[in-house]
Amino acid sequence: MLGFVGKRLLHLIPVLLAVTVLTFLIASLLPGDLAYVMLGDQATPEKVAALRHTMGLDLPIWQRYLHWLSDVLRGDLGRSFRTGETVLGAISARLPVSLQLMVMAEVIGLAVGIPLAICCAVRPGGRLDRALTAVAFGKLSLPSFMVAILLIYVFAVQLHWLPATGYVPLTEDPLGNLRCFVLPALTLAFGEWPVLMRVLRSDMIATLQEDYIAMARAKGLRPARILLVHALKPSSLTLVTVTGINIGRLIGGALIVETIFALPGIGRLLVGAIYARDFIILQGVVLFVAAGFVVVNFIVDMLYAVLDPRIRHGRA
Amino acid sequence: MDALDIADPIAAEDIAPVQRRRRRVGFGFALAAGWIVFVLLLAIFANVLPIQSPTDADFLAKRAPPSAEHWLGTDNLGRDELSRLIHGARISLTVGLCAPVIGVIAGGLLGLLAGYFRGRFEALVVGGVDVLLAFPPLVLALAVTAYLGQTIPNLVMVLGVLGIPAFTRVARAATLSLAQREFVVAARTLGATHARILFRELLPNVALPLIAFFLLAVAVTIVVEGALSFLGLGVPPPAPSWGIMIGEGRESLDIAPRLAFMPAAAMFLTVLAFNMVGDSLRALTDPRPGAL
Repeated sequence: MLGFVGKRLLHLIPVLLAVTVLTFLIASLLPGDLAYVMLGDQATPEKVAALRHTMGLDLPIWQRYLHWLSDVLRGDLGRSFRTGETVLGAISARLPVSLQLMVMAEVIGLAVGIPLAICCAVRPGGRLDRALTAVAFGKLSLPSFMVAILLIYVFAVQLHWLPATGYVPLTEDPLGNLRCFVLPALTLAFGEWPVLMRVLRSDMIATLQEDYIAMARAKGLRPARILLVHALKPSSLTLVTVTGINIGRLIGGALIVETIFALPGIGRLLVGAIYARDFIILQGVVLFVAAGFVVVNFIVDMLYAVLDPRIRHGRA
Repeated sequence: MDALDIADPIAAEDIAPVQRRRRRVGFGFALAAGWIVFVLLLAIFANVLPIQSPTDADFLAKRAPPSAEHWLGTDNLGRDELSRLIHGARISLTVGLCAPVIGVIAGGLLGLLAGYFRGRFEALVVGGVDVLLAFPPLVLALAVTAYLGQTIPNLVMVLGVLGIPAFTRVARAATLSLAQREFVVAARTLGATHARILFRELLPNVALPLIAFFLLAVAVTIVVEGALSFLGLGVPPPAPSWGIMIGEGRESLDIAPRLAFMPAAAMFLTVLAFNMVGDSLRALTDPRPGAL
């Protein structure tokens, strides 16, 4: 197990380094001079040159990268030149919102996906299975912003049950907080459940072919017990992986949903930084999101190995 | 170089002799392909069709219901909705069809070379692909188009480059399984050069899975373009992109919901059609049933 972790860790470091290089390159090679943007209409050539010098922008690019990397490694992602807020501060202020949204979406997605997957796996190729396969396929073509608009139309505009947009902090009004998370979480969950269902369904169909399931049937155990106790756990490996990867993806991937519903999460921070041409925040958030994704994937790999001994012994 | 000549009977034989059993493409496939052709024709002939201007606003007829003059009514600024939908198809299909071309050429070539030559080069390509895939694509697309400027060529370029890793994976996986096959070994023993094996033996066989994936990539690209435009970070208004129209329609969801739902329906049907055609083609090359 330790050897396995070590090997994956060795793989993780170059990937993370490459992520920092790419993030830095994107932010520095693209047209648009930070000094000009910061000075705005007061930019005289002398002022720009002076600012470029104090910020180190006149150094060669690899030196700037090393300076930036050493700052990043010390936990300093810089601060916004517009609001003066540190990037790390901005991220940690918004992270709870994104995490809450992600957890709620994933819980709803699993709550819908798991029972449906079990129903499908009991009779693969049956009517329900084929219908749900078609629904899952159709969902691929329905992007989140369309789902969001549909949900807003039904639940906010027509029925007036839930607010269309807005955010209430959990500490101020727990119920109001939950209410404003329902529609965004449902929107994301709508994208999640078909994937989770398909993954669990195919693993479960395979498990149900195993000898020990035939054994359990022969013993006369109730079908529900066989499905939920004997078959579910060994079938859930891929489900765990996919859920984990989705969580990593949703850290930054929820930006459309966060923007539509005006939730102040990481995605909204990023979109705001783009609108305002706030290069430093943008660079910091992109790095955070990409590195977060790599690290979450690493953790999922580890979890997978804990669950399935074949993987850590390299026999999968 | 008959790279795309998938009708070649020998090439078809090589892909999968086991799966030669006839698969019915079916009614859904015909319907989907028909819709794509229909939208494509509308987009191509948008300028010659007898429809009104997509950008001329008639402030006296804002959000007018469908009439003889405006078949699908008018939008928030009194612009003809039908005309905007048709011109929107033009933008969606231009971006949706052009961007994956970059991905399929660059990614296909990289994957082909990586799967054939293996070794250091393959490790480098696979590593690069892994790093690129760590970035949420929408985030990259947003950041880069915001810097470069929101024009259609820039969108095509950014979305095209973002598609390269996925195409590389598909091409490499297909090449890996083919490179060990008898016909490649035979070509090598006959003294064929690397270039000949790559482009005459392997490429025609890798082409079919790549084309299937190309169609799925078109669907994804149309969605991403829509999402960017919806956020106001894609094609700049007043261009009638479906994404922009959905975004504008959202403002009047309470009084004229059709302004959001019509472009949404157009985009959904088009994306669904590309997914269906792409998936049917994928099913022809992939023996696993119905992978999502």
